[in-house]
Amino acid sequence: MIQEIKKWPIVKLTQDREAFLEEVIADSIKNIHLRIKRNGSVHKEIEKTLYFEKIRMSEKPWKVDPKDETPYWNSIKTRLLQTALEKEDSEIRLKNESEITENIVNRYAHEIAGKFDIGTYKLAHNVVPMFFSRLLNTAAQGNFFQRFWSSSHRLRSRIYIKGNIKHIRNLANKGTLVLTPTHFSNLDSILVGYCLDEIGLPPFLYGAGLNLYNNRFMGYFINRLGAYKVDRRKKNRFYLETLKSYSRISMIRNCHTLFFPGGTRSRSGEIETRLKLGLLGTALDAQLYNFQNSPEGQAKKIFVLPMVIGYHFVLEAPSLIREHLKRTGKEKYYIDRDQFSSSYKVFKFMWNFFGKGSRIILSFGKPMDLFGNYVDFDGKSFGKDGREINIRKYFLTEGELKSVPQRDFEYTKMLSDRIVAEYLKTNMVMSSHLIAFAAFEMLKKKFNADLDVYGLLRITEEDREIPYQQFAETLERLRTRLFELKAADKVQLAAHCEKDIEAFIRHGTRNLGLYHSKKVLFRNKKGNITTQDMNLLYYYRNRMEGYELEGLI
Amino acid sequence: MNSNNSKNDTVGVLGAGSFGVAVSNLLAKNRKVLLFTRRQEVADEIKSTGKIRGMKMDAAIEPTTDLQLLSNTCKLIFIVVRSAHFREMMKTLSPLMQPDHILIHGTKGFDVALSESELLDDEHIKLSRGQIRTMSEVVLEESVVRRVGVFSGPNLAKEIVEGQLAGTVIASKFDEVIHEGRKALENPRFKVYESYDVTGIELAGALKNIMALAAGALSGLGYGQNARSMIISRGLAEMAWLGKVLGGNPQAFMGVAGVGDLVATCSSELSRNFTVGSRIAKGEKLQEILSSMNDVVEGLYTVKIVNGLANYYQARAPITQTLFKVLFKDMPIEEGIDYLMNYPIQKDVGFL
Repeated sequence: MIQEIKKWPIVKLTQDREAFLEEVIADSIKNIHLRIKRNGSVHKEIEKTLYFEKIRMSEKPWKVDPKDETPYWNSIKTRLLQTALEKEDSEIRLKNESEITENIVNRYAHEIAGKFDIGTYKLAHNVVPMFFSRLLNTAAQGNFFQRFWSSSHRLRSRIYIKGNIKHIRNLANKGTLVLTPTHFSNLDSILVGYCLDEIGLPPFLYGAGLNLYNNRFMGYFINRLGAYKVDRRKKNRFYLETLKSYSRISMIRNCHTLFFPGGTRSRSGEIETRLKLGLLGTALDAQLYNFQNSPEGQAKKIFVLPMVIGYHFVLEAPSLIREHLKRTGKEKYYIDRDQFSSSYKVFKFMWNFFGKGSRIILSFGKPMDLFGNYVDFDGKSFGKDGREINIRKYFLTEGELKSVPQRDFEYTKMLSDRIVAEYLKTNMVMSSHLIAFAAFEMLKKKFNADLDVYGLLRITEEDREIPYQQFAETLERLRTRLFELKAADKVQLAAHCEKDIEAFIRHGTRNLGLYHSKKVLFRNKKGNITTQDMNLLYYYRNRMEGYELEGLI
Repeated sequence: MNSNNSKNDTVGVLGAGSFGVAVSNLLAKNRKVLLFTRRQEVADEIKSTGKIRGMKMDAAIEPTTDLQLLSNTCKLIFIVVRSAHFREMMKTLSPLMQPDHILIHGTKGFDVALSESELLDDEHIKLSRGQIRTMSEVVLEESVVRRVGVFSGPNLAKEIVEGQLAGTVIASKFDEVIHEGRKALENPRFKVYESYDVTGIELAGALKNIMALAAGALSGLGYGQNARSMIISRGLAEMAWLGKVLGGNPQAFMGVAGVGDLVATCSSELSRNFTVGSRIAKGEKLQEILSSMNDVVEGLYTVKIVNGLANYYQARAPITQTLFKVLFKDMPIEEGIDYLMNYPIQKDVGFL
């Protein structure tokens, strides 16, 4: 795979950078005008952008922001003021406005663009697994000096990749892949990158949050590994359209793309149920473009690849769930103290993960086309009745192959629903999630009449006890139901779910307890199940949301 | 092909019941119509007499028993079959469907998935929303078609065939479906409204049949306009309340598919549901009534399903649940009325 490096679309994109960006700019401008024609004026749009950019610069400045921002936006302001003196709809005014538009889009396009550097890629390709591997072997065996160079522990045994890899590799040759993983932790992108490399796929284009670039080391690497920058502070139309064009044109150019459709990390611990439609929609645009610009039957197809990442414990869980409760609970929820993340914590997390024998599971869902139909080994789409489907026809309106934004937006929403449904099917239930679910729901039932969820999170330690026998029986019921669901292909179960119930509970409590300073679930002296941290219990419980298991408690 | 051409495109209709015939006649004012029926003798009767069950058929309607022909000829297809057969029909149709077909249905009922131990006749059965599908959901589940819509309104078949004034609402997520549907259906005597709320419109259409049965029963007992207006307004409240529980927007219940259809069916002997209610009240047995009618009475099936839904969600649905007992559990009808008159709801408009 690596011998063909020069043929990768992502490498070509960098070599052909200026021409690519020109295309992006032209496409963005076209779309901006289309949108504005429907509502509003170019002049007002520029004014609005200027206003929001000023606020951003003064209120949320970041280290990574370019130094010439203030003078740049001042010059735009001056030009806009001059333009305003001209009569509305006069030729000069329109010309000026479109020049300003082009100028802004041009700036944004260059800001977003990343480049792919073969040298950096090769370095990362060799170094990252080695780094993980050293860490694994060292942490797993205690004696640092003796074991640093040992390789008795294989990384693959800890980071477990599940899915039909051959199928995915073949699709990568046939068309363009859009990988859409769930998002629980900042470690996700590193893990997914490692996973793609491990299964022999070229690197994917990835829209990385600009905040990651504030860290120079991180920034250096991801910028050269095909990432482009996404600045979530910029919500103006010019920026968003440029970003979408960047994604659209690179898919047209056959670059495999990775994005987290949930937008940000799941705060509640639940698997995403609402996805961001903007970037997902660009895949549909790109697919239509491919159909319009290739002879029938030869257009490259775009394939969606859902992925679910399973951790027994999530590094950022305490702060994520706190943020979730703060958002949903408003005044009902009191924050007692704050906690922050640091490099030390990442290291400690890795150390615990590798040292104590925990696992991370990356499971690929079944590949689909953009209309949610499964595709076969060669990328052909098939309907529920086993008939091959020509998806080109979804783009026919009044007999013509054409873009209809309202139609395509609805298709995007339907695709989003399909991805969410596929997440639930692909999700691998782990012991930690299931015991958290059982414990939380049992406590909830106990206090059902008197307390809402916020009240429940504040019950005292004495109230949190669950008799062990009762706990084990409930779990057995839940497991039986999950096996039924698995038989119907509605969920997956990790291999350790086959253990006898005692061992299953031990497995779960041990894994939940590996990292967090407070014990999420444990057996107390009386032998009962209890927790030291209701919030975390709630967080891990949420992972089992969506399977309608509540009735079995 | 351009949009002008679509004016000449033939439109398909599935279902040659009285409503299917009415819809075909409406469509025939704008387009050529291919009407599918499973029964050869029905097709023959239409061809030779230009009539079916006494209803006149427009000359632009051609009957066929060839589903393949229909799906190859028509990109726009209207489906008007009874809800209990809808899924089965979709399974037959599905292999013939292409991604550019547009399906618009006018079926007012639900599809239900029961486990082996569940019986719809069981008074205490609990049905969750997950077991219920609206007709558009069945289309999406069973076929490659994505562009699906529903039309619903005060559309008593006989009046439509006579060319009287009427209207409907077409709901779809897709503008394209609404526009195509409107172009095919609208004429100076038939007004088309638009909505994006597919679920809401489907719920309104299905739930109103229950109220029509109840209104018929009151009428059969000889009660007058006050009682009828009571059942219409309280029925509307119950419909909106149930609709909300099932994930619909109560707004849909205020439109032609809600109040509009409700008033029509609760006041007319032309409504099958109303007629059944009325004959029950006069002492006939349900089985006798059904065997004397050759059309489907959607409301009966809907009453059973909604009774199960109300059980599951512990929703207040006194009219539906009382009706269930009267129709299927031999509760004397006067006892049912006593129960409703004493039911502890005091608030007038609590559902918006």
